[in-house]
Amino acid sequence: MEANTRSTGRLPAAFLTPGSSSFMDFLSEHQPEILPGNRQLPPTQGVIEAPHGTTIVAVTFPGGVVLAGDRRATMGNVIAQRDIEKVFPADEYSAVGIAGTAGLAVEMVKLFQLELEHFEKVEGAQLSLEGKANRLSTMIRSNLGMAMQGLAVVPLFAGYDTGRDSGRIFSYDVTGGRSEETNFAATGSGSIFARGAMKKLFRDDLTEEEATTLVVQALYDAADDDSATGGPDVARRIYPIVTVITEDGFRRLTDEESSEIARSILARRLEQPDGPRASLL
Amino acid sequence: MSTPFYVSPQQQMADRAEYARKGIARGRSLVVLQFADGIVFVGENPSRALHKFSEIYDRIGFAAAGKYNEYENLRIGGVRYADLRGYTYDRDDVTARGLANVYAQTLGTIFSSAGEKPYEVELVVAEVGETREGDQLYRLPHDGSIVDEHGSVAVGGNAEQISSYLDQRHQDGMTLAEALKLAVQALSRDTNGTEREIPAERLEVAVLDRTRPQKRKFKRIGGRQLARLLGAEGDGGEEDSASEDAE
Repeated sequence: MEANTRSTGRLPAAFLTPGSSSFMDFLSEHQPEILPGNRQLPPTQGVIEAPHGTTIVAVTFPGGVVLAGDRRATMGNVIAQRDIEKVFPADEYSAVGIAGTAGLAVEMVKLFQLELEHFEKVEGAQLSLEGKANRLSTMIRSNLGMAMQGLAVVPLFAGYDTGRDSGRIFSYDVTGGRSEETNFAATGSGSIFARGAMKKLFRDDLTEEEATTLVVQALYDAADDDSATGGPDVARRIYPIVTVITEDGFRRLTDEESSEIARSILARRLEQPDGPRASLL
Repeated sequence: MSTPFYVSPQQQMADRAEYARKGIARGRSLVVLQFADGIVFVGENPSRALHKFSEIYDRIGFAAAGKYNEYENLRIGGVRYADLRGYTYDRDDVTARGLANVYAQTLGTIFSSAGEKPYEVELVVAEVGETREGDQLYRLPHDGSIVDEHGSVAVGGNAEQISSYLDQRHQDGMTLAEALKLAVQALSRDTNGTEREIPAERLEVAVLDRTRPQKRKFKRIGGRQLARLLGAEGDGGEEDSASEDAE
């Protein structure tokens, strides 16, 4: 095709045509075949076996939001990967965590990051948090065909809204339906257990440190009851990925920081296996 | 119907070149120079929103003099080229050299095709390396040639005079403040040799700073940080780089 970037010739006309600031729009006009949503799927029977990511949790605190995920990917009853990364920065002020088919999800995140960066470079301004959340919705919707075949991707999107000075969380379903969550949210197979833990532990005056501890507690409870979610792996030094987004932007906790949180929780659980208790009334 | 006049190819090209050069000369010149921690872009630009400098990719910056709509078009083309290439291969496979080649081909084809008017633009594509030796500076005049520059480069109408001024004074390993002040001095000299004052708010400044922890090294400098860098008289030292990220 005349339209490829491999040649070192003149930029094809599509590159110099004024138009959308969206990278996906540009691709769909210029090289639609490389967009994940346009991939032709052969008819298949049954569910395609591919590694799945599991639990992602998020919680807001005054001035920001924490997004965290466990490290396990499973394929059926087998652990496919013990140290997978499922939480990524989307841009300076937002992050995305993914549950579902790992390969597709990682590709979707890559395209999403690029979409935000491309807009920022072309326009010279960032998209609003709402705009970013909607863009992600569109991407999930374009994956619906694959979701029907069992290759679903369900992200959790969290960001700092500079206009409102607060952290916000958006959850999605496989059809791209988007809903804003208040206080906390979880997605993936262990999410029901994580949500239960967060519901009991959440307060609206958490500090950043407390919020990071809370998400690791929730992931621990998810791993406790869901076999597809991995708990902190002390022997291999694999700890959950915890990210914090505030006015200062995106920050991922170092391995030392997250190991410290995980180890202190583990120490407490040796005494009290079910974790902290909320009062009855 | 009258028969068209014969115009020799030499004459035709000379006319087109003159047309492009005149267009470029209408705008203000700008300079790009290496300093200890990267590459700094300095130009006079009264507009806050219409930039002469911008980010193309992680380590690659773009500067342009001439007709805004034409270089803006090329800039967006470059962003699309870089993003597509990084998406299909890897982020490390996007290089200033590759981008400069594409721009050169594009400008060259437009310049020599009889059906199109030549672009009245002159570009600089710069990439900051891990070390000073890895920095790359390419100047791309309107006709599609590429010039591989070192140390400092000026583009625009008054470029020759400014470059010779810079060539004499630019040194390796200047601090950001020193490089910035040299750039402003070079830009403030008019064609007839007189100097005029360019106030800080009319300056557009950006850097590709290799010491930035982020993978995207491009950063605009304005407001207080710019005033501080310009104000630091000769003694230098404390404003070593853009590391104090004070907006």
